[in-house]
Amino acid sequence: MSFQTSKQNGVVVVDVDGQLIVGNRQELKQKVLDELEAGERKFLIDFANTGYIDSSGLGVLVSLSKKIREQGGELRLANLNEDLRTLFELTKLDTLFNIADSRDEALQSL
Amino acid sequence: MRSRRESSPAARPNGRAAGRTGEPLAFVLELPSDLDVIEGAVAYLVDRCRGVDFDGSRLTLNFRVGMCEALANAVIYGNRQDPGKSVRVEVELSAERIVVAVRDEGVGFDPGEVPDPTLEENLERAGGRGVFLLHSLMDQVEYNERGNEVRFVLNRTNPPLRRASGE
Repeated sequence: MSFQTSKQNGVVVVDVDGQLIVGNRQELKQKVLDELEAGERKFLIDFANTGYIDSSGLGVLVSLSKKIREQGGELRLANLNEDLRTLFELTKLDTLFNIADSRDEALQSL
Repeated sequence: MRSRRESSPAARPNGRAAGRTGEPLAFVLELPSDLDVIEGAVAYLVDRCRGVDFDGSRLTLNFRVGMCEALANAVIYGNRQDPGKSVRVEVELSAERIVVAVRDEGVGFDPGEVPDPTLEENLERAGGRGVFLLHSLMDQVEYNERGNEVRFVLNRTNPPLRRASGE
């Protein structure tokens, strides 16, 4: 599992490869916070290659969303598979996040 | 992670699973109180379930996430990540369901005290979704009296659709 960060059209894109769970959530959090600290304000987390997310992973996304918003930034999520969509709907977090079907759609909305 | 006991003809080393022969398979894992072992433990257990033909995403979503929650709770809140304590996982696998008991060495907790994370006022809280997810994703969840063991059941098939009252 790993988090690859890149920059596309002024947007920090993080690819979540594998799981986003209790054992690695801090790594994702730190990567995004470092970029926020460095002045970046537009973020996209892409789940195209993600297996599953647990409650700790969801918690980190909630926490990052709040911090980014507080700094006047924006966060988009993209490419959630059916399992992940179900998870977001179950927890009602689909109402909290801006979720795009694809990376392109997310990038265009930022 | 080590498997301490296997008790069924279906538990032979080829890993063919449980349930196909009609014979349930039971085994026990004992895990250290280390968050880094959770992903591997869940992957191992999923692999052991391969022979059970779970409906839809019952294995990839319900089992993986629910299992992860139970282990994380045991390591973090039960054993407080104390390396001197372990988490015991008992598994019973049959053709129709998987039954798992996860026990830690902690003082236990009261699951009734956990607030509903889907209420609007709780949506932006970073924590508090683990127990909710376990209950939402499993077909049956129960705790021992002390609160340091959770036992849950995931059936192979989706529950039948409930008929509207009056039908």
